[in-house]
Amino acid sequence: MAGDNIRTLFSSDLKAINLGLESFSETLRREGTEAIQVDWKPPAGGDEKIAVLIDRVENNPKLKRDAANDEAVSRVMKSKPTLIDIGIAADVVPGMHKKLVLHSGPPVTWEKMAGPVRGAVIGGLIYEGLAKDGAEAEQLAASGEIEFDPCHHHDSVGPMAGIMTASMPVWIVRNETFGNHAYCTLNEGLGKVLRYGANSQEVIDRLKWMDTVLAPILKDALAAHGPVDMKNLIAQVLQMGDEGHNRNRAGTSLFIRELAPYLVMLDRKKEDLAEVFRFMHTNDHFFLNLTMPACKATVDTARGIEGSSMITTMARNGTEFGIRISGLGDQWFTGPASKIDGLYLPGYSEKDAARDVGDSVITETAGIGGFAMAGAPAIVKFVGGSPQDALNVTRRMYEITLRENDTYQIPALDFRGTPTGIDLFKVVETGVLPAINTGIAHKDPGVGMVGAGLVKPPVKCFHDAFAAYAEKYGVAP
Amino acid sequence: MRNIIVRKDAYYDSVFLMLINQDVKKIDGIQEAVVAMGTDMNRDLLVDMGLSTDEVAAAGPNDLIIALDGSSEDALKAAEKAALELLHKKSAPGKGNEFRPTSVQSAVEQMPDANVAIFSIPGKFVPREARKALDRGLHCMVFSDNVSLDDEIRLKKLAREKGLLFMGPDCGTAIINGKPLCFANVVRRGPIGIVAASGSGLQELTCSIDKAGGGISQAIGTGGRDVKAEVGGIMMLTALEALAGDPETRVLTVISKPPAESVVDAVIETLKKSGKPSVVHFIGARRREDTDSIRFAPSIEDAAWMAVAAAGGPAYEAAEFSMDSASVEKIVTREAAGIGGKQKYLRGLFAGGTLAEEALMVVHEVLGGVYSNVHPDQQYRLKDPSVSREHSVIDLGDDTFTVGRPHPMIDVSIRNEQLEKELVSGEMALLLLDFVIGYGAHTDPAGAMAAEIAAARKKVKDAGGYLPVIASVTGTEADPQVLSRQRRILEDAGCVVLPSNIQAARLAKRIMEKVG
Repeated sequence: MAGDNIRTLFSSDLKAINLGLESFSETLRREGTEAIQVDWKPPAGGDEKIAVLIDRVENNPKLKRDAANDEAVSRVMKSKPTLIDIGIAADVVPGMHKKLVLHSGPPVTWEKMAGPVRGAVIGGLIYEGLAKDGAEAEQLAASGEIEFDPCHHHDSVGPMAGIMTASMPVWIVRNETFGNHAYCTLNEGLGKVLRYGANSQEVIDRLKWMDTVLAPILKDALAAHGPVDMKNLIAQVLQMGDEGHNRNRAGTSLFIRELAPYLVMLDRKKEDLAEVFRFMHTNDHFFLNLTMPACKATVDTARGIEGSSMITTMARNGTEFGIRISGLGDQWFTGPASKIDGLYLPGYSEKDAARDVGDSVITETAGIGGFAMAGAPAIVKFVGGSPQDALNVTRRMYEITLRENDTYQIPALDFRGTPTGIDLFKVVETGVLPAINTGIAHKDPGVGMVGAGLVKPPVKCFHDAFAAYAEKYGVAP
Repeated sequence: MRNIIVRKDAYYDSVFLMLINQDVKKIDGIQEAVVAMGTDMNRDLLVDMGLSTDEVAAAGPNDLIIALDGSSEDALKAAEKAALELLHKKSAPGKGNEFRPTSVQSAVEQMPDANVAIFSIPGKFVPREARKALDRGLHCMVFSDNVSLDDEIRLKKLAREKGLLFMGPDCGTAIINGKPLCFANVVRRGPIGIVAASGSGLQELTCSIDKAGGGISQAIGTGGRDVKAEVGGIMMLTALEALAGDPETRVLTVISKPPAESVVDAVIETLKKSGKPSVVHFIGARRREDTDSIRFAPSIEDAAWMAVAAAGGPAYEAAEFSMDSASVEKIVTREAAGIGGKQKYLRGLFAGGTLAEEALMVVHEVLGGVYSNVHPDQQYRLKDPSVSREHSVIDLGDDTFTVGRPHPMIDVSIRNEQLEKELVSGEMALLLLDFVIGYGAHTDPAGAMAAEIAAARKKVKDAGGYLPVIASVTGTEADPQVLSRQRRILEDAGCVVLPSNIQAARLAKRIMEKVG
């Protein structure tokens, strides 16, 4: 027995993995031996308290974490998100009512809401006719008469401020495998828009146009087309230079192409149809609001699996970044929303930036967005400048995920599946945080998007979540 | 002052342009800079900023606009030039963005046929990471120290179960398939297979074999504690069994700090069973009777010569020095002549632990007791390893010297500092040094100490004495530092350089005897 493996070593080329002093791997390379230098860090970044928790979890023989995670990520793989219809929020979104305002991220009170979110709430109340102007809307919002709740509590997601109110038209995505639904508003375009906190008459007017022209036309076209297989569409856009979060150019184009034959056949005014086409065409992010509910409908199926340490929600409300874990029910774990490391549109700088906001990080939660950065060479400037840097971002994410996606693939990585199913345990153990792409809102309500970049989520929420996980699933201290 | 340029049909990605925008804005004398495509939104923005022109107003989304507002003509020119350069800049290929996995698991995914993992991370993290490596079928080399004895035993048992090597903890050197791991010398390949529970001892052995014309098949380190009764020589026996079955290995050589009796018996049993001629040197232990196939060597260098002989090289002949006795006598007389005044004591400053022990054993009894931080006899243990007492041999690899700094084989300043201390009292009569070269070691250890050696000699001379400096270099011609080059540097600094550590110690002993 003993000698066999060693004798095999003696007759093979030495191939080394080096943890620690880099000179040791350099020596081997100089001598013509392949050696990988591991970028090793102490578990949990050397945090002794967390290291103890890791032991508690690892030392519990009764915990079937691998099996639970396997079940969780299998559900993600099996999911088939399909765009089926457009409806009015009050009619389709669970629990929606006239005085309910949904927002992005974990729960937050009016008092603690960030500038752009407040701006969007004000816009939402004016849009609903509950207030006639900003002052009145603010008063109403502060009065306690309005209920605020995260989109995520209502099978929904919203980009940036993520404001959804009762009258808004929403995309309806159904997971054909599991039968669950997810909802998201239609993307309003760039610049002065509600999701960035703008609430001027121009914004309200556009929302009204979306209710009366855009949504009905798209609903009819969609009905004529039939359900759109979102999984298939997302798989395609990842091979066309989108990562599904900060770049949605290919997705928007594909979607227009998908609906065009049905749009032109509708019995509507030519001017309105042209406007619908133009509206989608001039907004590269139109497809984002379809990707998001598709991801939501997918990841939601992995919620509530006993023992699973998979992250099922990541979301920000401009004040806090929050996550939820499959095996820990619906409890949120939060940390302060970060500043974004980003690039700015002309005329703006980081002085203008709001803190991290929006539910769009559902894309990363489902294995695309920043996790598929390797597929989006056009936006590599966000991650350091070279396509190699983009490849490295995706490669790094394999360290903290449970599986390679069976549908979403990266051509540049030899069609390797995207890293899917973020494992809280691995995040805490390696200290590698999820790579999240995002847009940057202006800190003042009503200005709009000022840039885009990468978010470093707060370590605290992962550590807090892990402490709760160890408390529930680890051996007693 | 403004400069506004529109370039028709010059499309750039907006993210790329944001980056350029940032850089152009930083140029002295530039208040505003917009490098952007002529989209509706950007054109409106330029109007708001007062940077619009008719040309800008007519631009479309495929036209590039460079709009600059600055305090001088020069600033505007510089900004324009910078913007254009940045637009056409090609990024440097490849460098510095190689992907590095953060764990053993993902490293294995990246290199599925990896076969060895090397650890020089803090010892307390080794068990966890090494277990993962063993579970993935990787042989382990653990350079780290501070791994508990319990963990060492657990890991070695696991490795043996899986038929894997587990070298270390605290294993500084190995040569596998001719490749140097951690601290190792570039030696000829050949039929001699070595298992060693001593780091610098293994380096001295492989280099001595190389100097004697022999070659190495494998040199496997076990870490010093492997031969303790508690560990039971698990890895030494595992490695010997493997070498016994290795067709490339015709001679087995074992070198070790004194093992537990039970381990000695097991090692001898394993060597006998191998049927291969074997050479054994237990450093500082009583020599055993040779058997048919096993020869016990009195020193590392003798072990090298015996192994080379067993592999078909020149027959073994015991010799104190490589040079003839007349030459030795000449050097002794010359070097002893000038020593005088307060000069009384031998001082050995060593980078290699085993080399320090070996030298200590040569000089201890003859000089009537030598103090050391590695002395087996508590009576002669230095209380503070950095403070010499009478005759002293100091292992500078001791924890006292290496807290928060690298080993003296890498950080030569440790020894230079100690040398300065030794000079203070004026009592040092002779300085004995080891130099270990090869991979992992300082890129020029002789050169890094030459000036200090020359200065020390001058200082003693100025005080009316003479300081002999006796040294050896553990290394080979093929090492990056090149043995002959290191010797030359030392000789130029006034050192007498011997072919091995033990010969250097013997010469030092002779000179000290001469002085009386």
